[in-house]
Order: sequence, then structure tokens, then C-alpha cells
Amino acid sequence: MDWYKDSVYARLVVRRAILGVLTLFLVSLVVFSATQLLPGDTARAVLGRSATPERLEALRAQLHLDDPAILQFARWAGGLLSGDPGISLVNGKPVAELIGPRISNSLVLLGLVGLFGIPPSILLGIYAALRRGRRSDSSVSVVALALAAAPEFVIAIGLILLFSTVVFQWLPPVSMIRPGMSILDRPDILVLPVLTLSLVCFPYIFRMMRASMIEVLESDYMEMAKLKGLSPARLVFLHGLPNAIAPTVQVIALTFAYLAGGVVVVEYVFAFPGIGQGLINAIATRDIPTIQCIVLALAGFYVAVNILADVIVVSVTPRLRARAWQKP
Amino acid sequence: MKEILRAVPQPHASVSVADLRVDLNGAGIPIVDEVSFELAAGEILGLVGESGSGKTTVGMALLGHSRSGLRITGGSVCIGDKDVLRLSERELRAVRGKSITYVPQDPGTALNPALRIGTQLRESLKGQPATEADVLQLLSDVKLPTVPAFLAAFPHQVSGGQQQRVAIAMAFASRPAAVVLDEPTTGLDVTTQSHVLDTIRRLCAKHGVAAVYVTHDLAVVATLANRVAVMYSGRIVEIGPTSVVLTEPTHPYTRALIRAVPDLDGPILLQGIPGQAPAPTSRPKGCAFLPRCPMSIPACMAAPPSLARVAPYHDVRCIRSDVRVQAAVTAGRESASVERIGPPLLEIKALRAFHGSAEILKGIDLALAHGCSMALVGESGSGKTTLARCISGLHKKIDGLMYYDGQILAAGSRNRAVESRRQIQYIFQNPYASLNPRRSIGEAIAAPLREFESVSNEELRRRVGEVLDQVALSRRAAQQYPHHLSGGQRQRAAIARALIVNPTLLVCDEVTSALDVSIQAVIVELLDRLQQERGISMLFVTHNLPLIRSVAQQVAVMQSGRIVELGAVKDVLSRPKAAETTRLIQDAPHFRQA
Repeated sequence: MDWYKDSVYARLVVRRAILGVLTLFLVSLVVFSATQLLPGDTARAVLGRSATPERLEALRAQLHLDDPAILQFARWAGGLLSGDPGISLVNGKPVAELIGPRISNSLVLLGLVGLFGIPPSILLGIYAALRRGRRSDSSVSVVALALAAAPEFVIAIGLILLFSTVVFQWLPPVSMIRPGMSILDRPDILVLPVLTLSLVCFPYIFRMMRASMIEVLESDYMEMAKLKGLSPARLVFLHGLPNAIAPTVQVIALTFAYLAGGVVVVEYVFAFPGIGQGLINAIATRDIPTIQCIVLALAGFYVAVNILADVIVVSVTPRLRARAWQKP
Repeated sequence: MKEILRAVPQPHASVSVADLRVDLNGAGIPIVDEVSFELAAGEILGLVGESGSGKTTVGMALLGHSRSGLRITGGSVCIGDKDVLRLSERELRAVRGKSITYVPQDPGTALNPALRIGTQLRESLKGQPATEADVLQLLSDVKLPTVPAFLAAFPHQVSGGQQQRVAIAMAFASRPAAVVLDEPTTGLDVTTQSHVLDTIRRLCAKHGVAAVYVTHDLAVVATLANRVAVMYSGRIVEIGPTSVVLTEPTHPYTRALIRAVPDLDGPILLQGIPGQAPAPTSRPKGCAFLPRCPMSIPACMAAPPSLARVAPYHDVRCIRSDVRVQAAVTAGRESASVERIGPPLLEIKALRAFHGSAEILKGIDLALAHGCSMALVGESGSGKTTLARCISGLHKKIDGLMYYDGQILAAGSRNRAVESRRQIQYIFQNPYASLNPRRSIGEAIAAPLREFESVSNEELRRRVGEVLDQVALSRRAAQQYPHHLSGGQRQRAAIARALIVNPTLLVCDEVTSALDVSIQAVIVELLDRLQQERGISMLFVTHNLPLIRSVAQQVAVMQSGRIVELGAVKDVLSRPKAAETTRLIQDAPHFRQA
């Protein structure tokens, strides 16, 4: 059983995955307790005051509300594990069917933000660090601060005004698609949401990258590299970047975890069929199985992104993975 | 006979520096000024100076580099026929690492932690085609393991000495005309230092490389350099052949500096240089050394003296260089052999100490007499600091018995009686880190007194004033904060903080290693006086073997967690019995021998 001891990465992932499963278990407990803790009769809380006794009874039977809590939890968790998160209370469809497309839409959106939003933020951070104290540095920094200060929906609406309505009419202002259609069939509707989210995460990534790069640029090994007469590109990207990227990777992970569920407003502005909007809808209709499932999905995403970030950090920080050298 | 030396670039010189000037950015204040020297191929110049003298600034300027806040504003640095200071960025990149290379002070921070040693070595070849065998040859040149696995290692995986060898291999990889070595052996223990110095000497001779060796350590210069340039306050004050400068120093500063250096074969009494070097912004109008100079005359105040030739190849920046001063040989005070009767102050029996599961001390037996000073010497990792920390209660994972004044001394200061905590005081290595920057010196010194006694504010002020007097700090320092004080003053404040509670044992952990030699001598004088006047016992942890002659009567030599030799300092140094002692003595640079 020590196959994994040879690889630092495998050991890291296994350890983190175990912790992640534990986290998810705790989240599921909390989420489940929420349904138990609803004041009074859960069925009435879900259906409202005007519900008829028959409907209340039917809901109780459907949710197994009369069973002991442990049994309810076991049944629910067992369903989750076997890929069946239950039936939506609103339209009687399986929850998986309802939120499956939303999850994939959100993942596509985040994937595109990762692809097109993050590299420029990192590059601008490096650029500002290299030009520290000069006008170009301060201009980028001011823009970043302004973006950080602006609420997300303001950025979204600003972009709509600019590219879809008042100034230019290049892009669709909303991202609605017909049910059953893939978001990838309409790349044009993705542009504005991706741009908005990229601008939302830009200030954090940019500022962290700038700060850690400045620190690295002042280090002895960068001075040494300069005195070796290396080219500026080698200096920055080979000697500097691996040492400066680690804190930024952590920030990117946190930002992504936040973007996954926290940008409901942006999804709302664009009517983007993502997971955040799904959550809002589920809460509005008190669709408890859907809420539980989405919250768990977000927690799972959070865990996964953080494991990925840790792996990347370890891969750029030899100190974390290589032990003292011994003459073989 | 006096002629002002104008260094004219000579065709045969490998390196020729003329009138180099480096300014504080924007202020027009020179940090380094009028620096000129020449080096032939294979020659090693020791650039000596204390902190702030501008020696590192000169070293970096040779590569056309200045640290942020500084700017090279004048002069020329010719490597071969190229003036480094007049090259474009692109040309400069081609010269750096190729014609002139650099060995950093601390390879632990100057090697890139994210890149493999092989990668960093290969880029030092500046694009010359190299097979793996060629790269392994570079390792063999500096006596590193010649296996591919070493090339695949990261810097943190190898020892400090190996890191420094990697840095040296990098510097010599491209067969440069000149190398600048910036205190490359600081932080290495004497044995590693001696090996690294051998390597440097061998490589310079073998490849005909002109080297500038920047250091504060005169003893290293004596063993390595052909010529010495002594810097003070941004200028070279004396330059000449090593043997001449060290035996017939002509500038008053050089003379004072040499008297401050502890030496295994030299006098025991060290003499510090009172005062401190002026900041670049507040240099006196005349000679910069004037405020500390014992032989100044009114004419010294008129203008900064220029470098004048006093003998062939020997130039001195002093208008009184014609005054011959008999080298004041201080008769060495024979270390009083302390054979006191009565129970010892501190007795340690079969002490073992652990860090986690590693056994750091493997059975220490030691007795320290009242009023005696004992040095603990050994290589890094020998356990000397751990022993000091056990005694002062900072390290408590121990096994064995310690007695202090007949009483059992518990492990860990929290378990000790108030009285024994008061009696044993610890002084830390680095005065820049051991004083709380947000507390005034007076508050810092008063803190231990408040801990042990309840005294009125008036009494407190009086006692703080008294200890400040004893350590020769002005009473005004009580209101100042650590950043107002120089390193030596801070260490004196730290000593005052220990003294205020009237301790009977001072544990000094490398207390002078972060200080300049002239300041080190002042601190040593102070500790010596305290021992004489107040009868305080001392435990002096150090890796500096020459220094123990001046600070201790007894010495314990440690190796891998054991005491391998214990005895009176003069016996141990003149007739060492343990192999480790012999090795330490051999590896310590002897400087008056040169």
C-alpha cells in the first residue's frame, strides 16, 4: 500500500481528496439539517399557508418527513452517491436533469474566463511590477482599483451599453438559449459574460501578481541572474515567474470558487442559464432537493479548485516536494 | 616623491578602474568616489572595508550594476579593452557572465530556488555548446560530486558549502577575464571556508582570472589576496601589496583595523576603533576618518586628502603618511589560568538534548568556575548553540542534570525559580533582530528589571542610566529606538538589558558575528571589563577561533554533539589534543603569518 509514497503529487492529491470528502460530508450535513431546522412543519414551509392538507400529506410522504432524521439523511445521501439527487418539488422532474445543463454551462463560462481572463491579468501584473513606480504602472493599478470598486452588475451593464445597445450593436445583450440547446452552439452570447467575469477577477489576480513579482524582482537571485547577463525574457519568465506565481495561484483558486456561485447578479443581468441563477430560482420556489444539490455541487467545485491550486503550487515550489539531496 | 596616482588604463591590465563614482540617486551625494585600481590576469585584489564603506557597491559597479537608489555617475571600468560603463544594455548583457562574473555573498538566497542546479550552471556558459560531460567537468573543478543527479537537484537540497561551490562554478564556467567575489565565505564555517578559499585560489591561478575579493575579513585577505585595497567611507584609503599593507600599515585607519582583528598568533588584547564611520550625507569636509583619527592635525580638516604614493605600488590617502608610527604592540595579557577552588558556578552532567527525535547533544559534562569565561567553539551543527540554549532554559527537550550554584537547574526557563532566571542572562547573536523595534532602548532595558523586581520609576531610570554608562552608551540612548542606533550600539544596548538585573552568568551567542571588526573589538573590550570588574561568568559561543583568545580563559571544543576537548585557552590552542581542534586551528585563516 505504499505505491503513492513515491510521488509527492499522488500523496498530496490523496490527502487532499480525503479532506475534501470530509468537507463535502460536513457540508451535506449542514445542508440537510437546514431542511430539518425549518421552523414548524417543513411541508408547510415549502408549500406556504394556503396549501391544502392533501398536498401537505403528499409532500410529507415524498420527502419522507415522518421518518427519523438519520434515515432521511441516509436515504438522501445514498441517492446522491448513486447519482440520484432526488426529484424537484416544483415540476416533478429529476434534479439531475434540471441542473446538469446549468452546471456544464457554468463550467464552460469559468473555463473561458480561465483561458482568456487570467493570462492577461498575470501578464499585466508582471508588466506593472517591471515598471513599478512609473506612469504605466500607476495607470494599470488605478484601472484595477476602479474595477475592484465597481459592483459586478455595473460592469456587466456598462459592457452591455457599450457593446450591445447604445454605442455598438455587435453582441447580443442577453445570453438566453432554447432548452436543450448547448451554450457552445452560440459562442456570441458567451462573449459579454466572459468579459465581465474576467474584469471582475482581474484586479485581485493583477494586484497579487504585481506584489509578489515586485518582491521576487528585489531578491538576490534576480540580481544574480541579471549579473549573469541573461536576456530580459529569460529573467522574467524563467527566473522570476515560477517564484512569484504561487500566491497568485491561490488567489485564482479562491476567485474561481467565488465566481462559480457568487456571480448570480451577473448571470441575472445576462439571463445566463448558469448554476447561480439555478440556485436563486430554487430558493425562490423553495425547491429543497435542488438547493441541496446545487450547494453540494458548489462545495465540490470549491474543493476541486483548491486541490488543483495546491498541486500547481507544489509543482512550482521545489522546496515543497524535494528532500535533501544525497549522493546516490 | 609624492605623486598623485592617476590610474591610466594600461594595455596589459585585465581590469582597470579609474575614478569610479557612484551617487545616491538624485541627491548628488557620492557613496563611492575616486576609486581607481588595476588588476593583471591571475591577480587577486582584496577589497577590504567595514559595513557602509562602499566595497560591495564598487564590486557591483565592476559589472556595470548598481543597486536601486544608487547610480554610477563617473569614471571607467575597463575589462580588456571594453569600458563596461559605456556599453548599451545589450552589450552589457553580453559582457556580464562572460567577461566578468559575480559570486554572491549568500548563495542560499542568490541561487534561484525554483531552478535545478544544472539549469543554472548551463546558462552560465552563455550559449557555448556544452555536453553533459562538460557541465560535470565544471562540478569537478570545484570538487562537487560529478553525478547527473547533482545537476538535477535544487539549491535547497544541497549544503551551504556546496551552494557556494555551485556559485563559484557558475562564475568560472565561461572562463571570464575577471571575477568579483562578494564576501563569498561569510556564513560558512572555518573548514568549509578554507576549502572554498582554496578552490578560488586554484581557479584564479589555473585560468588566469583577475579577481576582486570583497570582504570585511582581513585574515581571509591575508591568505588569499596579492594586493589589498582598504576602503573607508567610500574611498580607497590605502592600497598595496598584501604583505606590505598588513605588516606596515600606513593609513591610521588600516593600523586601527589591524589592531582590532583577533588573531590566533597575535596579541590577546583587541583595540576597537571608537566612534563610527560617517554616513555619506554627513562626511566631514576634510578627511573622512578625521573624527576617529588619533593623529589628526588641523590641516586634515581642510580638504579630503588624495591618494599618494609612499612606496612602490603602495598608495595611501593621508597627509600624515610620512609620519612613522611604531606599531603599538600591545603586550598580550597572559590569560589568567583560572584554577579556582570551591564548587563550580555551573555544572552539567551527561546532558543530552533533542530536536524532535534527533539527538543534538550526546552527553555533555562541563563545569564553569565562578568568575570564569568559557568559550564554546565548533563547526555549525556541532551543538554549541543548543548547549547554550539548554543552559539558559530556551531549549527544554533535554535529559541529564544541570546544577547552578549547587541548585538543580530545571529544563526550560518556565520551570525555574525567579532567582535562577535572573542570574542567567542570554545575549543574542543578531542585535538587529533581538531588540523590539517599537520599544525605546530605555523600555527594552527596563523590561527584565520590571520582571524581577518591583521598583519605582525613579529607581528604574537611575538603574537604566547606570547600565548605559557601564556599556558606554550615552544616557540619551534611553529615549531612542533601535533604528536610531548602529549595530555596535544595539549590541551594547542588548548587553545592558542583560546586565541590569545583575546576572552571575552571561550566555553570549555569537554576539559579535553580525558586527564589524572594529566594533567587535569594542564589544570584546566591554565584556572583558565587565568580567574583570563585576566578576561575571561568561559562556561565549563562537565559531571564531582567534576571538576566543581575547574573550575566554577556558575553551570547550565541540563536535557532533560532544565536547572533544576542554581546557585552558592557551593550552588548547598551543597544544591541541583532539583532531577536531587541530583541524579548526589549521582551517582558521592566520593573518599575521602572511
